[in-house]
Amino acid sequence: MTTVTAPVEVGHSRADFQTDQEVRWCPGCGDYTVLASVQNFLATVDRPREQFVFVSGIGCSSRFPYYVNTYGMHSIHGRAPAIATGISTTRPDLSVWVVTGDGDALSIGGNHLIHALRRNVNLKILLFNNQIYGLTKGQYSPTSEEGKRTKSSPVGSIDHPFNPVSLALGAEASFVARTLDMDRNHTTEILQAAYEHKGSAFIEIYQNCNVFNDKAFIQLTGKEERVHNRINLEHGKPVTFGPGDEKAVVLDGAEAKVVDTASVEPSRILVHDETRPNPAVAFSLSRLSHGPYGPTPLGIFRRVSRPTYEDQLEHQVAESIAKKGPGDLATLIRSQGTWTVGQNGHSNGANGSNGAR
Amino acid sequence: MAQEATASGIATDPGPKTEAGNQTITLDRVVIRFAGDSGDGMQVAGARFTDASAAFGNDLATLPSFPAEIRAPAGTLPGVSSFQVQIADFDILTAGDAPDCLVAMNPAALQKNLADLRSGGTLIVNTEAFDERNLAKAGYEKNPLEDQSLAGYRVIEVPMESLTKEAVKDSGVSGRDVLRSKNFLALGLLAWLFSRPTEPTIEWAEAKFKNKPQVAAANVAAFKAGYNFGITTEATKVTFEVKAAQLPPGTYTNVTGNTSLAWGLIAAARAADLPLFYGTYPITPASDILHELSKHKNFGVKTFQAEDEIAAIGSVVGAAFAGNLAVTGSSGPGIALKSEGISLAFQTELPLIVVNVQRGGPSTGLPTKPEQSDLLSAIYGRHGESPLPVIAAASPSDAFLTAVEAARIALKYMTPVILLSDNHIANGSEPWLLPDLDKLPDISVPFATVSNTSNGFLPYLRDFDTFARPWAIPGTPGLEHRLGGLEKESNTGNVSYDPANHQLMTDSRAWKVANIANDIPGVEVARGDRDTDGDLLVLGWGSTYGTIRAAVRRCRLDGIPIDQAHLRHLNPFPANLGEVLARYERVLIPELNTGHLLRLIRAEYLVPATGLHKVAGVPFHISEIETKIHSMLGETRS
Repeated sequence: MTTVTAPVEVGHSRADFQTDQEVRWCPGCGDYTVLASVQNFLATVDRPREQFVFVSGIGCSSRFPYYVNTYGMHSIHGRAPAIATGISTTRPDLSVWVVTGDGDALSIGGNHLIHALRRNVNLKILLFNNQIYGLTKGQYSPTSEEGKRTKSSPVGSIDHPFNPVSLALGAEASFVARTLDMDRNHTTEILQAAYEHKGSAFIEIYQNCNVFNDKAFIQLTGKEERVHNRINLEHGKPVTFGPGDEKAVVLDGAEAKVVDTASVEPSRILVHDETRPNPAVAFSLSRLSHGPYGPTPLGIFRRVSRPTYEDQLEHQVAESIAKKGPGDLATLIRSQGTWTVGQNGHSNGANGSNGAR
Repeated sequence: MAQEATASGIATDPGPKTEAGNQTITLDRVVIRFAGDSGDGMQVAGARFTDASAAFGNDLATLPSFPAEIRAPAGTLPGVSSFQVQIADFDILTAGDAPDCLVAMNPAALQKNLADLRSGGTLIVNTEAFDERNLAKAGYEKNPLEDQSLAGYRVIEVPMESLTKEAVKDSGVSGRDVLRSKNFLALGLLAWLFSRPTEPTIEWAEAKFKNKPQVAAANVAAFKAGYNFGITTEATKVTFEVKAAQLPPGTYTNVTGNTSLAWGLIAAARAADLPLFYGTYPITPASDILHELSKHKNFGVKTFQAEDEIAAIGSVVGAAFAGNLAVTGSSGPGIALKSEGISLAFQTELPLIVVNVQRGGPSTGLPTKPEQSDLLSAIYGRHGESPLPVIAAASPSDAFLTAVEAARIALKYMTPVILLSDNHIANGSEPWLLPDLDKLPDISVPFATVSNTSNGFLPYLRDFDTFARPWAIPGTPGLEHRLGGLEKESNTGNVSYDPANHQLMTDSRAWKVANIANDIPGVEVARGDRDTDGDLLVLGWGSTYGTIRAAVRRCRLDGIPIDQAHLRHLNPFPANLGEVLARYERVLIPELNTGHLLRLIRAEYLVPATGLHKVAGVPFHISEIETKIHSMLGETRS
């Protein structure tokens, strides 16, 4: 206990956030790109490295904390949101991030995800969605498309998949976004917005598994396809996409629909508003595609302000202290009424009101 | 000398007869059981009688018993709720085997409890509940009040409903609320019959229902009416008194195990100078720990009601990493769900406490009944090689210091600790001589703040003495590190698949826990007033403490030289346990399971210990243990 490792100057380079551990994802895995985006982003944040905690579950993406030089925990399958909740609720001074995958967050850990979101725990949740189980070598996941043939579904999956953004909106998450591993600029913008958000921030990251589910996102990443299918959500702007913005999104009753821009009055085109208190419109946008198979929105679906779990808990503690004074153990153990036995071994009767319970 | 050896209370003073020919008999102890529908307020009546007796200065012990259903159908056998209390003028250890007085609020309560009432005992019945419908629900073909089936008891018939209605008519309560005071009527009659002070109960009702003055008034009126019913009707020619007990001087309170455990956790956090985090999921009979802790946020306590048991242990692992005294609590089924998380805490070597308030199992089992059937699962019930320290509370008040000890071990050795309680401890109560809080041990463990080598921080570099790794919490500059479930390389904590390293780490973790044996008190043998070992050692753990001690005391009164030892530390065992066991030819291990400690002791020490097992959802009777002791000594002597 003699030397002190010099604290790192506040986020200056990506290298400060790299560890000495060899990164062991498959060559060509989308996880490398996301790792680089996150490390680069952290280097831009004016916050000391030791105040970040990355918590993951189990799966390929969950190796993430080993490669980020902050505090971290590679935990157990599906439970990262619960563990991160314990960290963040007791240490609101920290910036706590959850790294998870589609199997980790939506199958074994589905319960923890929705409850963290509804409570609005101040967690930044990165869900790497590759629509496949990679670490266990290629079974269908809760986001795999119906009919998908995998090792565990040789004649096609009959599981109806989750749409993670719809799920998060259903849980009334206060921040919900979607991005793509390959688009590092977009990813960085979303990370920045999530970091600045107070409360749960849920980010679905479409992430290519080039070994077990290659080109799952080709409709959004392919040179030919992406221009037709990427719907970039931008706050305050009409939702249009395609070459020359030839397509637009309108609300038809409660449902968002894609139409030819030329076929509608400009005033009918949906203007994206992240801050709508009711998540219904955002949900409707998330239903434009059930997976990355056609026109698919990317960007921030919802960003609303509501009290964080941490703030409310701290408030209750502070209020309790203000009302009752700091806890006194000697008073506590006498709070149910006491009696005293004198040196003669006999009771002197109740001390004060015995009915103070 | 303690007199619990007798089958019933000893009349130490026949007492003078009053002018009316009434007589007050002084007893050394008495066992009273209140029984009624789960909506009849029997737990409240029992608790009030208990507190009045505590204030009066009796020693006492209680045993509540209630159905798992919140409101089983009224009048039925499954809906019967009861509360047993023993009060005495000496230090007693249990709530008693058989009641001397039974209050039966309806036929079902009578049906379910009469067999336990000792012959010649006092039976107080609410006659108005003995109508055809209730009799049928309780399975009576004939009204037991009208045939001769109760001839062996001193029966006091009380029309409780009309008396209550009459008593509360000016209090302002109406409708269904009127009859809700009938438990206070019964309580008043009991207060008269057993010469209890009335002030504590009246004060309690007035304080409790401060915001509902009409309810307070109704309860007080019913209570007084019950008391006066005894006087004016001369319900019985004989009343009783139990004089105050001779107890060690000091300040006492009456406390249940769940409450004292909760307070113990607060005390442990203070002694460790750490904030307390309690992450849990509601489950019977552990929920009261959450209820109690959630009231005390002004101690900086944070409670978290998680979405499930797994999230509860997860939150606690996170809170431990973040630098809290982190605790979760549950009962058998919930503990099973937590086991993967407990193993993560073991692998990451984080300090936390897992409280298991045991109940009857398996599966949902008997949620409101006591059992000690999770000992083996506490010791072995995880995947992989994951030995954990396991300790157990022996009584309601003992849970306080047991909590402090659990925290001490967890923090000093950077390990999860399992703390076993059970439903008997959790809901039972006893007078607690309040400890000197300034004498609680300092159990604080400093966080790592600087690197432990010149080449950077090694999160798994172990302490030379304890083998604990350093606790560096997020927010500490320069000590950033990653924990995880994958096997750790010694010292660095990096992921390692190296065969020799896995062997080393497995051995190191096991040694760390085993070595705690050198840091706990040796087991103490209670020999009574002998200096030499007795013919038999009764070894126990957990809530059987009082019953075993009472049985041992009775045997000693019969002149049988036997000894008692009770284990708080179940893994590792105290270092001297093997030597102690080797001194005895006969060792009896009574447990409310099929022989968990028995197996552990036989496996560890190769001694021919004998078990006494009961898995009936109720504690041992003193007589059961006493009989076993007699038979063991009889067999070997003949």
